Amino acid sequence: MSTLGTGLGRAAWLVFERDVRLAFRRWEQVTHPVVFFVMIATLFPLALSPETSLLRDIAPGVVWVAALLSSLLALETLLRADLEDGTLEQLTLSGQPLGWLLFAKTLAHWVLSGLPLVLAAPLVATALAAPGDAVGVLMLALFLGTGVLSFIGAVGAALTLGTRRGSVLLSLLVLPLAMPVLIFGARATDLAMRGEPAGGALMLLGAMLALSVTLAPIAASTAVRISLE
Amino acid sequence: MATWTWFHKLASPPYLYRTAGRLLPWLAIPAIVLTLAGAYGGLVRAPADYQQGEAFRIIYVHAPSAWLSLMAYTVMAAAAAVGLIWRMKLAHALAAATAPIGASFTLLCLATGSLWGRPMWGTWWVWDARLTSQLILFFLYLGYMALHSAYDDTQRADRAAGLLAVVGIVNVPIIHFSVYWWNTLHQGSTVLRADGPAMPPSMLVPLLVSFAGYTLGYAALACVRLRAEVLGRERNASWLQELGRG
Repeated sequence: MSTLGTGLGRAAWLVFERDVRLAFRRWEQVTHPVVFFVMIATLFPLALSPETSLLRDIAPGVVWVAALLSSLLALETLLRADLEDGTLEQLTLSGQPLGWLLFAKTLAHWVLSGLPLVLAAPLVATALAAPGDAVGVLMLALFLGTGVLSFIGAVGAALTLGTRRGSVLLSLLVLPLAMPVLIFGARATDLAMRGEPAGGALMLLGAMLALSVTLAPIAASTAVRISLE
Repeated sequence: MATWTWFHKLASPPYLYRTAGRLLPWLAIPAIVLTLAGAYGGLVRAPADYQQGEAFRIIYVHAPSAWLSLMAYTVMAAAAAVGLIWRMKLAHALAAATAPIGASFTLLCLATGSLWGRPMWGTWWVWDARLTSQLILFFLYLGYMALHSAYDDTQRADRAAGLLAVVGIVNVPIIHFSVYWWNTLHQGSTVLRADGPAMPPSMLVPLLVSFAGYTLGYAALACVRLRAEVLGRERNASWLQELGRG
């Protein structure tokens, strides 16, 4: 393979660039999860009460549940289309380590589905009457948390590739694994809103990110191989 | 190499089928005897708790099923890992046979915990750390079974669900500690403590007997289900037809 001059870095960059470019051509793939995120957050004031003090109490939970559901929705686009047009098979046969290529794919997915949520978070937080000085911590926590969700979700998406009705099954597999992210993310946001230091919860989110970035691509590559059999 | 012969033999369906069948009475009979003895000791002989009164007696069902819910998950993940690494099909059969048993014990633990919570905490359900992590464990079992049934091909189902079990076992401690940090109201551990069990022997002995009875009960159920799995997977094999004729 070395004769082609494709090192690991270049291979990963090609995969990453391709995914980002494709997403920009199908723009709704990026915007739909964000719209979904904002819509879920809108449901809570309608269902509960528009009272500011109540909204402020539930804001961390609402933002995190909305982010979790929205990232689940986005997982559908991570591998399914590439399976259907044969790209995934080509990546498997390319001679490059599949785990590494999936790492690049998942990273692109994080950029395309996680970062828009991070950017939309101040809007939602303000609408839910969260104090302005907590928004920074919320964005940082969402940045770390959506990364973990993308990488854990990649394993779930790869496992359900071979099944017909994948999407409900995907939620069933990924949600229990994602619960720690919800707990620490909402806790960090809650602490920041009360004006207390949120460093501990943020560090735990970072630790989970480090763990999932290193281990999840290996599991995802095994899962893709099983699905492609 | 000779010491591994027993392990290699287990990869043979007829041998495993017969071995599990031979083990069954040796596991089932002690399991029934010990479970009944534990229930008698716990429900009749043990004194009432000075704080919790008679209600504490549900511990003789609750604690062993909590232990088994985790042990069964560990067995399932270990069997799945063996199946994935050494491509041992029958290890996957054990994992698939174990999942519903583990899920049942998890449900039993949740149900008895809820019944116990009613007199102690005044409500059927509290969002306590241990109860919640048991609930998430139940969801993990459901995920395994759902993924397994989503594939038509048994081998792919085994390997995909097996990978999920391995990913799950990596996550179990993370989930457990994160939920703990989140909220705890449950009483502390009674049996496994550094300063010895916080229980008089009259209460402890029936509990330990129940633990042994439930664990053997799990092993017996696993043997029955494993035999059923082997039959289902090998339904076209010639050794089964000979077994049917003979």
